[in-house]
Amino acid sequence: MRPFTYTRAATPAEAIGSAARIIAGGTNLLDLMKHQVETPDRLCDVNHVGLDRVERDGDGLRIGALVRNSDLAADDAVRTDWPLLSRAILAGASGQIRNRATTGGNLMQRTRCYYFYDIDAPCNKREPGSGCAAIGGRTRLHAILGASDQCIATYPGDMAVALSALDATVEVEGPEGRREIAATAFHRLPGTTPERDTELRPGEMILSVRLPAPLGGRQIYRKVRDRRSYAFALVSVAAAVGMKDGRMETVRLAFGSVAAKPWRAIEAEAMLAGQAPSADLFDRAADVVLAGAQGYGDNDFKIPLLRRTMRAVLAEATQETM
Amino acid sequence: MEISLTVNGAQHRLRLDDPRVTLLDALRQHLGLTGTKKGCDHGQCGACTVMLDGRRMNACLSLAVMHDGDAITTIEGIGTAEALAPMQAAFIRHDGFQCGYCTPGQIVSATAMLDELRQGWPSQMSADLTAPQFTDDEIRERMSGNLCRCSCYPNIVDAIRDAAEAPA
Amino acid sequence: MPDPIELTLRHQMNSRDERNLLDHTVQGIVGSPLDRPEGPLKVRGTATYADEDHPPGTVYGWLVRSTVGKGWVVGLNTSELRAMPGVLAVIRDDRLIRNPAQGQAGKAPYQGPAEVFYKGQPIAVVVAETMEQARDAALAARAQYDDRTDKGVFTPERASYETPPKKQATQGDLDKEMDAAAFRVDLEYTTPTMSHSAMEPHAAVAWWEDGQLKVRGSYQMLKHNVEELADALGISPKKVRILSPYVGGGFGSKLGISHEAVGAAIAAQKVGRPVAIALHRRQVYETTMRRSESRQRVRLACDRDGQLTAVGHEAWVSNLPGERFSEPVTQATPFTYRGENRLIGHHVGRLNITAAGSMRAPGEAIGVPVTEAALDELAEAAGLCPVELRLRNIPDKDPTTGKPYSGNRLADCLRRGAESFGWADRPQPGTRRDGEWLIGMGMTSAIRVNMLENSAARVTLAADGTALVETDMTDIGTGSYAILTQIAAEVLGLPMDRVTTMLGDSDLPASSGSGGSFGAASAGSSVMLAAQAVRDRLAERMGCDPGELTLKDGTAIAGNRQRQIVDLLAGDSLQGTGEIEPGTTSQDHRQACWGAQFAEVAVSSVTGEVQVRRLSAVFATGRILNPKTARSQCIGGMIFGIGQALHEEVMTDPRDGGFVNRDLAEYHIPANLDVPHIDVEFLDDRDPYANPMQAKGIGELACCGTAGAIVNAIANATGKRFHHFPVTLDKVLAKLD
Ligand SMILES: Cc1cc2nc3c(=O)[nH]c(=O)nc-3n(C[C@H](O)[C@H](O)[C@H](O)COP(=O)(O)OP(=O)(O)OC[C@H]3O[C@@H](n4cnc5c(N)ncnc54)[C@H](O)[C@@H]3O)c2cc1C
Ligand code: SF4
Ligand code: FES
Ligand code: FES
Repeated sequence: MRPFTYTRAATPAEAIGSAARIIAGGTNLLDLMKHQVETPDRLCDVNHVGLDRVERDGDGLRIGALVRNSDLAADDAVRTDWPLLSRAILAGASGQIRNRATTGGNLMQRTRCYYFYDIDAPCNKREPGSGCAAIGGRTRLHAILGASDQCIATYPGDMAVALSALDATVEVEGPEGRREIAATAFHRLPGTTPERDTELRPGEMILSVRLPAPLGGRQIYRKVRDRRSYAFALVSVAAAVGMKDGRMETVRLAFGSVAAKPWRAIEAEAMLAGQAPSADLFDRAADVVLAGAQGYGDNDFKIPLLRRTMRAVLAEATQETM
Repeated sequence: MEISLTVNGAQHRLRLDDPRVTLLDALRQHLGLTGTKKGCDHGQCGACTVMLDGRRMNACLSLAVMHDGDAITTIEGIGTAEALAPMQAAFIRHDGFQCGYCTPGQIVSATAMLDELRQGWPSQMSADLTAPQFTDDEIRERMSGNLCRCSCYPNIVDAIRDAAEAPA
Repeated sequence: MPDPIELTLRHQMNSRDERNLLDHTVQGIVGSPLDRPEGPLKVRGTATYADEDHPPGTVYGWLVRSTVGKGWVVGLNTSELRAMPGVLAVIRDDRLIRNPAQGQAGKAPYQGPAEVFYKGQPIAVVVAETMEQARDAALAARAQYDDRTDKGVFTPERASYETPPKKQATQGDLDKEMDAAAFRVDLEYTTPTMSHSAMEPHAAVAWWEDGQLKVRGSYQMLKHNVEELADALGISPKKVRILSPYVGGGFGSKLGISHEAVGAAIAAQKVGRPVAIALHRRQVYETTMRRSESRQRVRLACDRDGQLTAVGHEAWVSNLPGERFSEPVTQATPFTYRGENRLIGHHVGRLNITAAGSMRAPGEAIGVPVTEAALDELAEAAGLCPVELRLRNIPDKDPTTGKPYSGNRLADCLRRGAESFGWADRPQPGTRRDGEWLIGMGMTSAIRVNMLENSAARVTLAADGTALVETDMTDIGTGSYAILTQIAAEVLGLPMDRVTTMLGDSDLPASSGSGGSFGAASAGSSVMLAAQAVRDRLAERMGCDPGELTLKDGTAIAGNRQRQIVDLLAGDSLQGTGEIEPGTTSQDHRQACWGAQFAEVAVSSVTGEVQVRRLSAVFATGRILNPKTARSQCIGGMIFGIGQALHEEVMTDPRDGGFVNRDLAEYHIPANLDVPHIDVEFLDDRDPYANPMQAKGIGELACCGTAGAIVNAIANATGKRFHHFPVTLDKVLAKLD
């Protein structure tokens, strides 16, 4: 950890527009600072600014940026009306970490790419222009969708995959005022600027996440990983499907750990909506999702894994209950 | 910089010349409370589990300065030499440890975990998010943030069940 | 207090133990599932490990790592680092070690960190007032290298292999029999580099007092560690004292001294203050020992009756240039099953990857699962039940040497295990389902050589009727505190709470240390002998034969006479020193530990994920000194096997040999949810050739096979075979429809 100065903000206004780096739960930032992957010289502690409540927001919900992952997953409204979100959060990290991890911090967590974490390796995300050690190296965790020749890292989180499927929006405020960013557009693909993970601008702070009205239907979050708990996803699938008269009426589908952002499958959703579920249809929808998918050796398996998991999740979500 | 930290009910005024000191190192190096262990220093093992206002967390991924004014419970605040807490006694009875290095973290974590379960918090093993049951798989999942390389997991699960079911 | 009366009892195992003392004592302490005496300290966090209890004024050291995979360090930005806040010293010293010491080395490992043999090799030590400052400065270190990474060898495919003549063996004509036999398999397997990943990172705190070096460290074998450290520093071993009262797990990674001990000692000398170096978890991965990866070829053949006629087992393993250890993969193959035609091959490649050393059951841990997986395929080829195939091939003497077994209970374990697990219910391959999950059962034999090492202990029975056990033995979680206390209490006729055991101080009598599962047998025997020496003197004072003496609850009984032990002592204290030495029984008998393990798994037909649903084992491994701690050792070993079968693999970068997943987030050891309930049963057993307690090794035996049972269960579930460990979901996926 490089030396830094520490201040504690009492209100969001003290953090907004400041050149200091926001620290919330600290569970990602301090991890990276210890490795000197992150080297902020000023920290602003936002744990005492409020923004720690889950509130009704019309038919929807407004989740403060400082709401802890545990509280959000256990929130009564979330459990009953947005179970996909509870499920995704509960699939992540550990009880201890979820008790500290915040809504804002979770969205902002950085990739787990091994080389990003190693300051002795070239990495365009960490040090633009230095190269990408993952290409030609070990890639078990890496992207199969939306990568570039500059960076093939994934966004590793779970919660944001659900938020993306649920059409949440992220409310942020900076020196130039407030704005809302769709969760689906919050994270960026690497392109030629892999150092920018998200659309958040310097000086902006996440204030809250807003959920639109409940979707209903079957909601499933399936996380596939190397051990049963306390491990990041290799592939995760978030699905919410509402059935009517044997056909899929609403379909939401998003994938985690396959790209630099939660991968919302709008095209596949459109293809499925209004149709009767069938294995063949699911397969064709998977073709659409995977068009352009590319593996980098170690992670080639993610392509069939995504397809199979997606099919199984859709089958489960569309199964008529007896 | 001086912070005030209540640890196991005792208030400490702690001089920190360096904000880089984690809560874990403040406990271990500055307050001499080495019961809280460091297995990874990166949130990957749970050996450093302490409670903040009764909620478990990893002390390695938090700065001491962030806890100015907070009340922390460590393993040293659970039970006494004369009267072990039921969870501690159950760990001994069920041999829920071998080398003992992950053990303080396991015990603090288990203590807080039972509270979470009592409050009805769900886990990924809860078939019904609104009504989690007290199954072995629930215990296993909720304790998965505490790695044990001696691999005492089955005994840990037995100890927790025993402690939870013991009359208070 | 008057000086104690000193007594000595030495014993060399040159003949079968006839006395069987522990079956003639009457207390029932040995053999009881007692709680660990140090338990209250461990559950309260008051047991102190290496990086704790620092002397006043302690400052902190941090190792600087090499960022190249091979080459020479030709410069370092020392003055820049020296100018950083709090920095007290930047040390580049030829005495710093390059690799950790191998188990029982007793001398310094390779020194001179200027030549880089592997990525991550420590090349310097930074010392600063605080841990934060030291870490910061170490990360700011920039070395200049004569970088020879392009000359490094980082993958087994590119390594050249040596074939040490002493490690090859042939019997009969394997090739010929392979052609002729009714059924045969010829298979190739791989196992990856693995890491011990003990929960306590290696750490040492060193300080000098009047020319004497004291080190609090996390080590398994203090008598060797003292010599290794002294040799590395160029001082007399008499000047070195190591304290390791509690060790937070070892599994072989702390057999020898490692970089932190030498670094802290040199640094403490240089700055004149105590220096603590606790390795960062990443450093634990990349600079302490690894288990070598292996490639193994197994050839097996049997006749129509399922009698093995050919057994071939060849292994290719690796280590750094110059390192003499090589994983003895085939160790159990010469003596486990029948077969007149046999071939053992052992090949060592040189890789520029972190040193390979002993990890829990070196050899059998990766050799047995592989041969047991191959046997499973042979059983299928021959149309035999896997348990039956093994039962038909248990020899009545060591088939390679012709020596008798000291005892062989494999058949008993197999039968008992099959029955209690419900093996008869094993499905046909690929036929049982539970929703998307394919269910299968598999089994394995568990085999591990048994060993005895020189060990000494002192037992003092004080005039007040309390006893003190002292030895430099360590307790790395294995239960040394418990069993040594039990043995002394049992032999001296005292209640447990009147016996105190002090361990982990190199000034105490030199023990075997913890390793190779010989700790309990060796240190335990020495304690038993020491207590026996005291007991013999008590018999003398009772005026009876030692054989006629009964000691119980502080009372001595001989015939119809009964006296309090305290009265017999009459103000004296008796101090027995016990020494055990291996002898001819290790040579003239094949000693091994036996078991059988059974697993049930569920394999997702969607994702290829594997879950272990049931695991059970039966072991016959001599006298069980404490069934509670023994069971814990066994479930721990079996869970090691789960990790080995399903999760654990150090991924290296083919470009420079660097460890890529060098932390506990990405090197996946099993977590609680990965582990089902585990059943362990011990058969009542004694091995009179092993040692005077007739006990044998436990902790390693349990992991010798488990992974084989699991892959066999996966094969039963899926109808597909997997030859590359660990069986991660990508490998399963590739074979699923
Ligand atoms: C061992 C381990 C396992 C894990 N496993 C998982 C997993 O399986 N799934 C998963 O999803 N996650 C996992 N995580 C990641 C964890 O969820 C994140 O670390 C956590 O959510 C981050 O939240 P935080 O509040 O602690 O963020 P911090 O560490 O405080 O901050 C992270 C980043 O967010 C910024 N930030 C925080 N709040 C705001 C705000 N309001 N506005 C703007 N910027 C802000 C900070 O400046 C910083 O850059 C794991 C972490 C660890 C250590
Ligand atoms: S994949 Fe991205 S994060 Fe990883 S090394 Fe390449 S540039 Fe860096
Ligand atoms: S030391 Fe904090 S989680 Fe490992
Ligand atoms: S008891 Fe040793 S790591 Fe858990």
